[in-house]
Amino acid sequence: MSSIHPSQGGKIDGPVLPHDSIEKGHHWRTKDDEFDAGKLGMWLFLGTEVLLFAGLFCGYAIMRMKYPEAFANGSHYLDWRWGALNTLVLLWSSYTIASAIRHTQLGNRGWATINLVITWFCALFFILIKFTFEYGPKWAEGKRPGVLFDYPYAQHSMEPMWWSLYYAATGIHASHVIIGMGLIGWLIYKNMRGWYGPKNYLAMENVGLYWHIVDLIWIFLFPLLYLIH
Amino acid sequence: MSSLDTHAGAAPQLGGDHHGSYLTSKGGLWADIANWATTVDHKKIGVMYLTALLILFFLGGVMALAVRFELLEPTRIIVNQAGETVTTGQRLAFLATDGATASNIYNRAMTLHGAIMTFMFIVPGIPASLGNFFLPLMIGAKDVAFPKLNLGSWYVYVFGSLFALASALVGGIDTGWTLYTPYSTMTDADHWRLVAMVMGVFIMGFASIMTGLNFVVTVHKLRAPGMGWFDMPLFVWAIYATAIIQVLATPVIGITTLMLIFERLFNFGLFDPRLGGDPVLFQHFFWFYSHPVVYIMILPAFGVISETITCHARKPIFGYKSVAFASLGIAAVSFIVWGHHMFTSQGELTAAIFSFLTFFVAVPTAIKVFNWIATLYKGSIVFNTPMLYTLGFLFLFTIGGLTGLPLATLSTDMHLHDSYYVVAHFHYVMFGGTVIALLAGMHHWWPKMFGKMYAERPAQLGFWLVFLGFNVTFFIQFIMGAHGMPRRYASYPDEYQWMHLISTVGSWMLLAGFLVHLFTFIHSLLQGKPAGANPWGGLTLEWHADSPPDEHNFAHEPIVKHGPYDYDTVVPPHCDPADYPLPENPHKH
Ligand SMILES: [Cu+2]
Repeated sequence: MSSIHPSQGGKIDGPVLPHDSIEKGHHWRTKDDEFDAGKLGMWLFLGTEVLLFAGLFCGYAIMRMKYPEAFANGSHYLDWRWGALNTLVLLWSSYTIASAIRHTQLGNRGWATINLVITWFCALFFILIKFTFEYGPKWAEGKRPGVLFDYPYAQHSMEPMWWSLYYAATGIHASHVIIGMGLIGWLIYKNMRGWYGPKNYLAMENVGLYWHIVDLIWIFLFPLLYLIH
Repeated sequence: MSSLDTHAGAAPQLGGDHHGSYLTSKGGLWADIANWATTVDHKKIGVMYLTALLILFFLGGVMALAVRFELLEPTRIIVNQAGETVTTGQRLAFLATDGATASNIYNRAMTLHGAIMTFMFIVPGIPASLGNFFLPLMIGAKDVAFPKLNLGSWYVYVFGSLFALASALVGGIDTGWTLYTPYSTMTDADHWRLVAMVMGVFIMGFASIMTGLNFVVTVHKLRAPGMGWFDMPLFVWAIYATAIIQVLATPVIGITTLMLIFERLFNFGLFDPRLGGDPVLFQHFFWFYSHPVVYIMILPAFGVISETITCHARKPIFGYKSVAFASLGIAAVSFIVWGHHMFTSQGELTAAIFSFLTFFVAVPTAIKVFNWIATLYKGSIVFNTPMLYTLGFLFLFTIGGLTGLPLATLSTDMHLHDSYYVVAHFHYVMFGGTVIALLAGMHHWWPKMFGKMYAERPAQLGFWLVFLGFNVTFFIQFIMGAHGMPRRYASYPDEYQWMHLISTVGSWMLLAGFLVHLFTFIHSLLQGKPAGANPWGGLTLEWHADSPPDEHNFAHEPIVKHGPYDYDTVVPPHCDPADYPLPENPHKH
């Protein structure tokens, strides 16, 4: 894990911005060490995220094997087009946050901000689709988890179980999207004040990594929930 | 180990840069409180963790005493001489309010004892306290990789503990610390208590991940110049292996507790057979975390013992690499043996496979024990408190480890499972192992942490009370369990009473021992003799620092020029060579 500090375009015209003068933490030998440590820490954290969702996927797999018809019915209740649209939205946002990082490395602060703002709106779009077109109508029809289930036309007695896992998996994922919106919003705020630049972009890179994992988990959830019958 | 004389790395960069000890007051009580509450110094955070842990250890201990007190005699319904029918036993009845019986109180005390001691004391335990304090010092670093995250972990831990303890204040839960479904999802109408406890466990998981993540990165990125992986003290190896388990296992308890909360609040059904779920699935999830977690509890103890045994026997560790790799080996095996907690509730083939795998745990563990014993051979053993606790550890942990084998064997486990034999085995490993090692480490490092010596004689009295009290309490439980006494019951047939009586008397001896230690520690803080930088002649880097260490740990960045255990070739830092004569024919290894 070696860090990249692109030399091209490192200077920005105008006043000296905070990112030029950010010091390393007192306990680090070099800024590179600090950078690498930050990345290593983030990768470990991403490992914990994968393991958290692995537990959910495991529960899903076991219950799906026990009640294949209920789960097949369940996925028929979902409209794959909403899922596909949300997949595209997240994929696009993964691209924009990656370009925000690249623009920061190159010193194009304005473009970085624009890309971050697009990412933030993609996240918002994802959440709005999820809540207004998926959770909302389904909840109103009685397609709810566990004992809250109240859908009169259920064809299989284990459909509440399907909804439990659906809400748990997508809900925990959606909470990650919302946390990501908070983090990206914070990046936008700090970036507009000049905190990030070619020599200081670790926070942005780490949030980017987090955002990619959120995307990646959705890419597993989408086929498991929407496409497999 | 021969490459220890490395001179890699730059020359010291900093001049003498003394800030005074980390304990130096910032002027005034409030300034000090504010300073400690916002500190990012790993040493202060280690002391804060140690304090919180000891308070929770005390609470968990009170619960254990209550449990043993109830078990002093069984509940008997007898007709007395006056011809009245009376109930005897029920010793905890005086605590019962609003319709609860002594047995209800017993169940809650038993649950809280387990929950506090595992989730709040022994899991964070040695890594968060001694690990926080000494890991950076031992690798010659100024701090852990992410100091703010470190402070955050302490607050998260305290917050989670308060959450869990809140459930005790409003009546407690009685599920046992394992929170097995469907019991945890169906009983106890006032379910907010259970939700509070489970939320507490969920929150404390974050603290554990924060600590583990921080330590992994610290070991990778902050070792002093000249310290290769195989120049690290074995305590660092042990903490490193522990940290990996913390990072990899804790997310699973996170999702498990979340699912349990969903189950409790919305009857999700995943663990509920009425809704198509499977209670044994909860057990799989739970033990997928909670088996590796016993190595989160014990590996740091192994690390402590490797330090104390070499320092107080003045011998290089026997088989450095095998001890180091055994830590990693245990960490690896720990993830594939969880099924041994469900031998009686799973298929025969699965049980046989898990049984087979479980025996693998014994291999790296035994390697360590043999290495420690070989280290003692021809050593100049000093029988001070840390060494007594170290020898006590070897004795008790060996019993604890060997009594695990009948539990891993399917045929004997059918007889022994869920009996007091399991309770005894578990306590020999966790108390006889981890708590005893924590006490070894606390006495070994106390002079470094606070710059004061403790009084040796009273501390040794404490050791004997703890050691004997422990054996009196728990050895009889092996016999009791083998004779069929099931764990967790508030009452029992008369035949078992003499054994319970012995066990309860032992618990009072333990209490006496801990009170003696509390006294020696407080006495040391108030009136202890100044310790000097290196009272034991230790060679690991923390003994190069002052006692108590400077705020930034070392005046100069240390450069590693000798191995952590070169007791046969190196005069310890800050020591008079006359006090530590080197052997004429150093034992080359
Ligand atoms: Cu186990």
